[in-house]
Amino acid sequence: MSDVINVDALLARMADTLRPLVEADGNVGMIGIRTGGVWVAEQLHRALGLEQGLGALNINFYRDDFTRVGMHPQVTPSDLPFGVEDRHIILVDDVLFSGRTIRAALNELFDYGRPARVTLATLVARNGRDLPIQADVVGTHLNLTADQYIKLNGPEPLELALATRLNHPSNS
Amino acid sequence: MRIEIAGAEVIDPKNHVQGVFDLFIADGLVAAIGERPDGFTADQRIDGKSLTAVPGFIELSAKVREPGLEHKATIQSESYAAVANGITTLCIPPDTIPVIDSPAVVELIEKRAREVNLARIEVIGALTNGLGSERLAEMFALREAGCIAVSNADRTIANSEIMRRALEYATTFNLTVMTQCEDPWLSARRVVHGGINSFSLGLDPIPESAETIIVARDLLLAEQTGARVHFCRLSSARSVDMIRHAKAAGLPVTADVAVHQLYLTQASLDGFDTRCHVRPPLRREIDRTALRAGIADGTIDALTADHQPHDTDAKLNPFAETEPGISGLDTLVGLSLNVGHEEGINVARIVEALSSAPAAITQLERGHLGPGAPADVCLLALDETRVFDEQQMYSKGKNNPFQGLTLPGRVTHTFVGGTLKYQRENTTP
Amino acid sequence: MRSANLQLDAHGRLKHFLSIDGLNRELLHQILDTAAGFAGIGGRAVKKVPLLRGKTIINLFFEPSTRTRTTFELAAMRLSADVLNIDVQVSSTTKGESLLDTLRNLQAMHCDMFVVRHQSSGAAHFIARNVQRTVSVINGGDGRHAHPTQAMLDMFTIAHHKKTFEDLSVAIVGDISHSRVARSQISALKILGVKDIRAVGPKTLLPSALEALGVRTFTDLTEGIRDVDVVIMLRLQRERMSGPVLPSSHEYFQVWGLTAERLEAAKADAIVMHPGPLNRGVEISSDVADGGRSVILQQVSFGIAVRMAVMSIVLGRGAGNPDAN
Repeated sequence: MSDVINVDALLARMADTLRPLVEADGNVGMIGIRTGGVWVAEQLHRALGLEQGLGALNINFYRDDFTRVGMHPQVTPSDLPFGVEDRHIILVDDVLFSGRTIRAALNELFDYGRPARVTLATLVARNGRDLPIQADVVGTHLNLTADQYIKLNGPEPLELALATRLNHPSNS
Repeated sequence: MRIEIAGAEVIDPKNHVQGVFDLFIADGLVAAIGERPDGFTADQRIDGKSLTAVPGFIELSAKVREPGLEHKATIQSESYAAVANGITTLCIPPDTIPVIDSPAVVELIEKRAREVNLARIEVIGALTNGLGSERLAEMFALREAGCIAVSNADRTIANSEIMRRALEYATTFNLTVMTQCEDPWLSARRVVHGGINSFSLGLDPIPESAETIIVARDLLLAEQTGARVHFCRLSSARSVDMIRHAKAAGLPVTADVAVHQLYLTQASLDGFDTRCHVRPPLRREIDRTALRAGIADGTIDALTADHQPHDTDAKLNPFAETEPGISGLDTLVGLSLNVGHEEGINVARIVEALSSAPAAITQLERGHLGPGAPADVCLLALDETRVFDEQQMYSKGKNNPFQGLTLPGRVTHTFVGGTLKYQRENTTP
Repeated sequence: MRSANLQLDAHGRLKHFLSIDGLNRELLHQILDTAAGFAGIGGRAVKKVPLLRGKTIINLFFEPSTRTRTTFELAAMRLSADVLNIDVQVSSTTKGESLLDTLRNLQAMHCDMFVVRHQSSGAAHFIARNVQRTVSVINGGDGRHAHPTQAMLDMFTIAHHKKTFEDLSVAIVGDISHSRVARSQISALKILGVKDIRAVGPKTLLPSALEALGVRTFTDLTEGIRDVDVVIMLRLQRERMSGPVLPSSHEYFQVWGLTAERLEAAKADAIVMHPGPLNRGVEISSDVADGGRSVILQQVSFGIAVRMAVMSIVLGRGAGNPDAN
């Protein structure tokens, strides 16, 4: 990518969009999806000054490709410092692509309890959905070719990198 | 039938013959070695060039499983396996079903052997009735029926007084007593040697003392009673030392070792290989080394296959629940010759350990090629090798752990009493 | 004469979990790390993950055991697998169906995994050698040979309380010669790099092979646990308590029973473990078993997470594997 995306600007805009929701409801809980989603969520959590601690979901055990790719190398386990039951959850991820990660995250979330409402916020929403899933709050929409993929590097500094894959990209 | 085997290398250890000579057979006996006897015309002439002629091998312990366990093997199947592997005499231990403690069982076996008419079958009678280690067997009757020796098979008589009496009684009839040494209390319900391997495998160990205690005891009883005692299937270095001392002190004892003990150690059990479940158990490297040295220096007189063919089910269970034993006839010669190569032992010594030594132990007038000896002859290509494949075994039992090993010595012809009982395919007479 | 490690598939991934022997440090850590991911599930509303949904796991227990079987059952269910419990009563005097026939009949039911407990050493290996290619076997304890999941949950418990394995001093006390748990623990401790492993007990219960394996042996309990970080007490089986190996459970407790007083020889923050079930007043006094240094109940709950980890790693060997389900 010749021009660099200004991640900080995107995060600021997302925080602005989320602020009204947060202020209207004092009980919001934010959960980032490991690992990139947690990095994004950390920035948003700080910007919004949320009282509740930040939650993190490891979707390893809910992936739909378990029997094909097996147990993944280590990602830190899920950690939710607040109850999910009856709470408005803001679910945060870095890149929304096929939608399978969000599907897995929602399944896992519901095994913790029944949320009142789930809002999906993602830094990048690109083309290529396999499932009928859309984000409520998006930093930027991108239209990429089939062999391109976008990745968030971090946690400090947060940078989006565009690359070209030799084979077709798999689930994101 | 008159047979001339021309130009083979003849190895006859008892008569100190080793060289290229013509061998002449007539009327089932060896007529001469070297010079053609007067008026001898051969009915059959075999070109022995590049082959070796040796006395047919004598196996001291072949559990042919008949009578009683014919699903494992029979006199027919194992006799053929014998001659196909150059073995012309099989000695059957008394633990058949029924036990060989009566002349009737001896006659049953000898009759069957005559019908099959392949390898010679010799019978070892029971030392105690039913092998129960309490009452003496009728050894006179057994000898009269044709038993060449007596033993308690692999059931050591724990009661020393009974063992002493049994030795005395056997001596009355000049019978050799064969003893396999394993204290039943120290070895009860156990299956492997003690050491790192048995610990890691979680198998209860049989200490070495289970063997050495009985070896020591039976040596002392042999001395006390004047019995001729043969020690079967030694497995530990300590036992070899004790036999060596006893012989040096002039005691008329003999010993044998199962050829697989010269190869396998307890490390072979790794992964619970049930083909390596044997009795006595496989021991340490130093024991294997001492056993090989014992063969080399003659402390151990004879090599045996300790032949124990099994049906497949017998080995298909968790280790301790499998039956011990290796089907050894098909690898006896190859393993024996190979040990000779590896240890630099003269091939004549190896041949001796398989022929004249077992003959001396059992007091059989056999195992050599002197004039007038029975013409039990094996012709083999000493240096020709073959990869051992359990699928090609002649024995009915395929339980043998040496799968894939390259072994020397391929038998081409086997004669029993001057009659050809086995000839390898694609060999010209 | 067979050499290949039966537990690993062609890609070096864990296909069966039969014993700690032959596994490397990375694999043991993978099990511990994965177990950490499962440890919190018991506290959730839905105490399950869908990882093994649709898989069928059979608990094949030839030796009775409510405790171990229950934890395996719970572990499988929390992975959303279907579980079948089969208790095969085999008495030493009656010979029923052969082990192989039992296996063949069960395989006709198309399961994915057997968890096996059997009274003969090597039974799990035997079963692993004789199952269909697509079936995995986990050893729930075979004779005296191995109890690898127990050892792993013990390692998990140790890791939970102590930072690293390398600097630890661990003492195992009791009937080591008859213990499959001890054998697996010793293997695991060695592979994980523990330098000071000790065995404590009467000579009749300490195999001579221990020293050759690098384990220091002690017949004095106080000396044996002096300055150790972890004390693992083993269960003394009832049939051993009086006979040719020990005179009485009373004397055993006098000499090798862990009391609060004796425990003072260990480090101040030493933990006390026991695979259970406890013989109070034989191996261990009640005040120690229930005291602040005991982590015995934690071992039980960690046992579920560790078994979940082993099952998922074994059944989730993944793509490119001809034996994958």
